[in-house]
Amino acid sequence: MDLQAYQTEGFHDELFDASLRPRPGAELLASRLAEASDGELAQRQRAADKTLLTMGITFNVYGHEAGTEKVWPFDVVPRVIEAAEWAVIERGLKQRIHALNLFIDDVYNERRIVTDGVVPEWLVDSGKCFRGPCAGLKPPRGVWCHITGTDLVRGGDGVMYVLEDNLRTPSGVSYVLENREVMKRTFPQLFAGQRISPVENYPEKLLAMLEYIAPPQARDPRVVVLTPGIYNSAYFEHSFLARQMGVELVQGSDLVVQSDVVFMRTTRGLQRVDVIYRRIDDDFLDPLAFRDDSLVGVPGLMRAYRAGNVALVNAPGTGIADDKAVYAYVPQIIRYYLGEDAIIPNVPTFVCGEPTQCDHVLSKLGEFVVKPANESGGYGIVLGPRATKEQLEDCRARIKANPRNYIAQPMLSLSRVPTVVGDSLEGRHVDLRPFILYGEDIFVLPGGLTRVALVKGSLVVNSSQGGGSKDTWVVHEGRR
Amino acid sequence: MLSRVADCVYWMNRQIERAENVARAVETTLDLALDGTISPGRLWNALVCTFGDEADFWARHGLADQANVFTFLAFDQANPNSMANCLQAARENARTVRDMISSPMWEEINKAHLYVRAAATGTAGIHGPREFLDEMKRASQLITGVTDATMSHGEAWHFARMGRLIERADKTSRVLDVEHYFRPAALRFAPPAADALDSGLEVAADVDAGGDAVQWSAVLESASALEMYRKEYGAVSRRNVAEFLVFARPFPRAMHFCLIKAEESLLAVTGGAKGAYSNPAEQRLGRLRSQLDYGAIDEILGGDGGLHGFIDGFQAKLNQASDAISETFFGLRSREKSS
Repeated sequence: MDLQAYQTEGFHDELFDASLRPRPGAELLASRLAEASDGELAQRQRAADKTLLTMGITFNVYGHEAGTEKVWPFDVVPRVIEAAEWAVIERGLKQRIHALNLFIDDVYNERRIVTDGVVPEWLVDSGKCFRGPCAGLKPPRGVWCHITGTDLVRGGDGVMYVLEDNLRTPSGVSYVLENREVMKRTFPQLFAGQRISPVENYPEKLLAMLEYIAPPQARDPRVVVLTPGIYNSAYFEHSFLARQMGVELVQGSDLVVQSDVVFMRTTRGLQRVDVIYRRIDDDFLDPLAFRDDSLVGVPGLMRAYRAGNVALVNAPGTGIADDKAVYAYVPQIIRYYLGEDAIIPNVPTFVCGEPTQCDHVLSKLGEFVVKPANESGGYGIVLGPRATKEQLEDCRARIKANPRNYIAQPMLSLSRVPTVVGDSLEGRHVDLRPFILYGEDIFVLPGGLTRVALVKGSLVVNSSQGGGSKDTWVVHEGRR
Repeated sequence: MLSRVADCVYWMNRQIERAENVARAVETTLDLALDGTISPGRLWNALVCTFGDEADFWARHGLADQANVFTFLAFDQANPNSMANCLQAARENARTVRDMISSPMWEEINKAHLYVRAAATGTAGIHGPREFLDEMKRASQLITGVTDATMSHGEAWHFARMGRLIERADKTSRVLDVEHYFRPAALRFAPPAADALDSGLEVAADVDAGGDAVQWSAVLESASALEMYRKEYGAVSRRNVAEFLVFARPFPRAMHFCLIKAEESLLAVTGGAKGAYSNPAEQRLGRLRSQLDYGAIDEILGGDGGLHGFIDGFQAKLNQASDAISETFFGLRSREKSS
């Protein structure tokens, strides 16, 4: 196909520079794409769609009738990151997670960082995801945020920024693995001669981490994945990870706590559980400790946790570092604990809870992207430059009513990747969510999940709002 | 394994086996209807009665003709035993235990579900009911084969086999009982319209029990048993067909075979031994199996209630055995609650 017809339209493109020369790492991919015959791209795309459907790789959409499953759209043109750039990103992520883990441990224990005035105390204590009952807890091996998905974006300036930290129950890693498999099945020739970092060892790394952080008295620890059930939007991932690790996938009703020990109900009676990779929010974990109307949780789980009889992944309370107002302070947090400058910069962020910053935001509301501090899935975001007058006024009223709950950032011009439209390629905006495991050491899965806004011009990459995904290649120099 | 998961695996296999058996019985009825020896009204009516959902059918569809019965058994959303609902439920169960089953199993179950769904909405590009029924049988057999070939033959597999064989024993007994529903007496349960169906159609060969080789060949076909039967007996007769479908130990759709293998799986799970029991499941299933061990067809045919009475009793005891399996392995939760 003729790649010269492709247009970057002034955006930073991940595969081509402004004069359509392939970027470092993308040369082989570009030449393979150029070799594709007429109609081939569309045909490969159809084959990939069919594979996804028969493999049953789906997610559930909330707000539709119960059990509505959708195949998550996948685009067959991969996103490429050159190994040298990836090495910097990897270091930056390790630095960030290291610091955030120290921060979480600190705010639930000594609270040095607020005493020293680096992060305001009111900001921490008013966090929607701050969990009072976690005060004084020391999780096994000192790790709180075992699994993190950090969202990165590249701006029009070509710089990679951290957009947000997801330290509660980040999802998407199953799609990284499935995308690679679908890609190999449907477009194998793109891989020929390339040196691409593998992603397939993630489940092993995950299991090793889960076993590492087990309570010390558990000799041969039993690990389970706890899911809210098949109607949860990420159920596919829950079952995928349990299957890949060869551990049980349990629901709250399968677990019971007796004498502060967690058991699961089996055909041969009760069996002890040592590590729970829970995919249930803090609020719903234990009706005795948090929300008492939770039907998916396990009564008594927090007591068992506190008694040191079970490990929870991620630890309850990590959501405080997931708060977007706390995010604004991460560069200071890194400097405070590690004495280093952040390797990957933040997007400039205004915290509406700070009166002077709030006034600035309100005076130029139409120029900012306004985000609620504790939502996920892209809900509640207002894009100032694209909002109607009514939407802006509504947004202004909500900020004034609860300034603590909002932050504002300048509108970024997200980078793009060529994406299949019919039988040709058009640029579509992307972000990147690498996954980081914190166990004996910190491991970053090479690449991560590239989400793509499939609608022309759209900046919303969320699966629940018209986004899709791409395989993500960390490409090393030299042919294989 | 988790009680909830064992429950799902057991039912998932019952549901898939059920869909296959319904498909086969519908196919046989299509054949018989072409023969014309039994009136179509009676045939389709008998088919609905075979699966025990006649009250629901008559209430919502009334007339037992090919189109109504086919829709009822294939796609009817309100009929919990329609093939579409069986596959839907099986897939839901498979999704719930996705981590326990192999990827090839999941993919075949998912494909079968997608196929039925497309067929129900007329988007599968199917030419006639037979193509659909063939595909249903093939899908079930494929899933069974893939299960045997790609899943460890451990506890979950044994629950799968128990589910499949208990369902199959029930369905074989129902197919064998179909003569009961061909009899005029059975039609008194039918709505008035069913009698009217006979008028103007061939009813000369009104079935007197045991007389009709065509009918009994069809019964064998419904259990995919005609060829294996022929090797054993040659000519088709009521007595021999009944003996074969109840007692043929080596034939995988015979009731006796199903119980022997289901019990083997049960004992593999519990670690128990044949001839004694340590829980209600072993007791009920073992007792029913031993009834067949020492049974004889001539005693059944000549006994009180005849074949129909025997089958009724068999189905009731099979249900009790299945309930006992639920209670023993899946019911931990409810027992704990009540204690």
